[in-house]
Amino acid sequence: MSVPTSTTFDPHSDEPDLPLYEARKQIYPQSVSGTYRRIKWIILAVTLGIYYILPFIRWDRGPNAPNQAVLIDMPHRRAYFFFIEIWPQEVYYLTGLLILAAMALFLMNALAGRIWCGYLCPQTVWTDLFMAVERLIEGDRRERMQRDAGPFTVEVFALKLLKHTFWLLIAWWTGGAWVLYFDDAPTLVVQLLTFQGSATAYISIFVLTFTTYTFAGLMREQICLYACPWPRIQAALTDEHALNVTYRYDRGEQRMSVKKAAALRAAGEPVGDCIDCQQCVAVCPTGVDIRNGPSLGCIQCGLCIDACDDVMTKIGRPTRLIAYDTDVNIKRRQSGLANIFKPIRSRTILYAFVIAAVGGLMAYQLVTRAPSTITVIHDRNPIYVKLSDGRIRNAYTVRIANMLNDPRTYVFSVAGLEHAQVDIIGAEHAAQGELFITVGPDQTRELRVLVTHELDDRRGAPVALYFEIRDELDGRLAVGKDFFRTPNTVH
Amino acid sequence: MEQKTSAPADKSAPAPSGVGTTGHSWDGIEELNNPLPRWWLWSFYACIVWAVGYWFLYPAIPLVSSYTKGLLGWQSRTQIEVDMAELKAMRSGMTTKIEATDLADIEKNPELLSFARAQGSAAFAVNCAPCHGAGAQGFKGYPNLNDDDWIWGGKAEDILTTIKHGVRWEQDSNSRSGVMPAFGRDGLLNRKEIATVADYVMSLSGLAVDKGADLAAGKTLFAANCAACHGDAGKGNQEMGAPNLSDKVWLYGSDKAAIIERITIGGGGVMPAWSNRLDTATMKSLAVYVHTLGGGK
Repeated sequence: MSVPTSTTFDPHSDEPDLPLYEARKQIYPQSVSGTYRRIKWIILAVTLGIYYILPFIRWDRGPNAPNQAVLIDMPHRRAYFFFIEIWPQEVYYLTGLLILAAMALFLMNALAGRIWCGYLCPQTVWTDLFMAVERLIEGDRRERMQRDAGPFTVEVFALKLLKHTFWLLIAWWTGGAWVLYFDDAPTLVVQLLTFQGSATAYISIFVLTFTTYTFAGLMREQICLYACPWPRIQAALTDEHALNVTYRYDRGEQRMSVKKAAALRAAGEPVGDCIDCQQCVAVCPTGVDIRNGPSLGCIQCGLCIDACDDVMTKIGRPTRLIAYDTDVNIKRRQSGLANIFKPIRSRTILYAFVIAAVGGLMAYQLVTRAPSTITVIHDRNPIYVKLSDGRIRNAYTVRIANMLNDPRTYVFSVAGLEHAQVDIIGAEHAAQGELFITVGPDQTRELRVLVTHELDDRRGAPVALYFEIRDELDGRLAVGKDFFRTPNTVH
Repeated sequence: MEQKTSAPADKSAPAPSGVGTTGHSWDGIEELNNPLPRWWLWSFYACIVWAVGYWFLYPAIPLVSSYTKGLLGWQSRTQIEVDMAELKAMRSGMTTKIEATDLADIEKNPELLSFARAQGSAAFAVNCAPCHGAGAQGFKGYPNLNDDDWIWGGKAEDILTTIKHGVRWEQDSNSRSGVMPAFGRDGLLNRKEIATVADYVMSLSGLAVDKGADLAAGKTLFAANCAACHGDAGKGNQEMGAPNLSDKVWLYGSDKAAIIERITIGGGGVMPAWSNRLDTATMKSLAVYVHTLGGGK
């Protein structure tokens, strides 16, 4: 075969080459009302409401812990979510949450395509908000298109200035709300307003103001088209039974004017319901024509459904010419078969199962987790020490974590080796042969524990030791396991 | 061999994706024309501008014997100095407390103990580990600091003195001194006498001795030559750094050859004095760390 050098491309051709870069086509989405628009407004209000208000919700955890319901306390390495407190070593909950989020996204996709994109994605929610502001200040689609095409007057400038000011204010508020999740919200608000806040807070606000303003105000659908990986992944994950915003071409074609359709219908000819009014395109926030079939640009927000329903009602035809439907159903209807909807299929069952399993495991972990834990690490070097009287000593680093909000005293003991001498460097006190360790509220304490025993001449496996702490107050027991090793133990 | 492609590409022909082609064709494989957005091009230019700015502001281009310094004068060396000063300032509260507190009181205070142990452990890894080992487990001739056998004293104060002034360190007049004579090399004892003393020394800690060993003669020789420093019962003397010969811990090994070698050549190990290199708080932290490894008295 030939080397891939030959080409019909001729550098000396007079024909102009195709552009390498594409200028953005400005989109002027028209306002619309209907079922899906209403759902979007409600979701927008709820999600933004949660985002902006949540940091101010209080939750009493007693005197030794912050009383903010949702707080990520970086300096103290703690995360709080209502009744849940997460320590750094429990970051696997975050892993669990990420798995749940991914699986929920996949499940949503298997059921109804990109409804995450259309309703819940922050990019969509904030863009919707920004578009609403734009519409309020600059007017609807037609007005904005005319103004942008016309001369740049003082009035135009004033309107644009007003719009961008409001956008920046919303963006600033968005960044401001973000930092409130990382510190006591009411205190931080006062600090920020009196210029007492930390540089990190101000920089975070600045960055988030910038990104919100740019993404929701200026970039909009460009983020979905070029920056977001989800459309690519989604296209590979979806199947023929996932509901999509679909133009029912079995009903819509041939497109023709209302008059012509009425005439043909009267003559008993086959007629399409689409009157080619372009309303579905006018309201689309990403500027796609849904009638061309599924596309990367479609975020499946359903606004074209609302727009089309409106038109169909006006011309006295049944609504839902565009609807959440599948290509399978279109083909079935064309061959005279009934619609099928298969929300329960192997992939939705699998996703639901993984969600239930991971969620259940996390819930179980959360409910059964111990409020006090003990971890034991054997000295690596030396593994054992020979003392002057010939006895063998093993040393351990023991860390006791008290995850409760009050100080706790633990009775410490080591079981597994009879007649072993147990010493703790820095123990509070020993009474009646028992060692007592106090750990402050929500703290950990590291101890050096020394276990000394006669040298056993017989060779054998290392002896298992059980380091136990018993909470003096409620008697709860936590155990850490390690081994006692001597020159004679087989490693 | 050049071969003509099958069919000339039609720039406007819609591919299955609905996108036109660039008109380029290789063996009939055509290239779809999906142009990048223009703003992407501008952000690419912005990155180039940023990079050029970076060249001028920060150290960037290597020259023959130097490099371009950058207008901001930023250096990683200055940065580390700033960072170290910040760290020192952050620790200064605890450092002052460590300096002002007795070693015994540091160990009684959980907060100070934890700080001193952490500091001590870090300083140990940098300064002490090369000889004493990463876990202070020691090597032949370098004492294990985890056990309870101390040559120069195992109280925290004794350990601090040893750290400050070293052992047999000539530059420090307060250094621990006391040298074992080279009984063999200097002809103080002959080979037979050394072997006899070695047998006796082994018997002191209950080690098995050769059959027919003359322990009585060994005892006499020990009393005459060794007891002055090691004591009549071989219990050692920490004032002179004479090790306890009656316990189970041996710095140079417990077999007869190792003991004969020590009697023959004498001497002892050397440890540098650290008072000129480390600050008081670090040395105190080290003393606390070593003392709380487990063997401290």
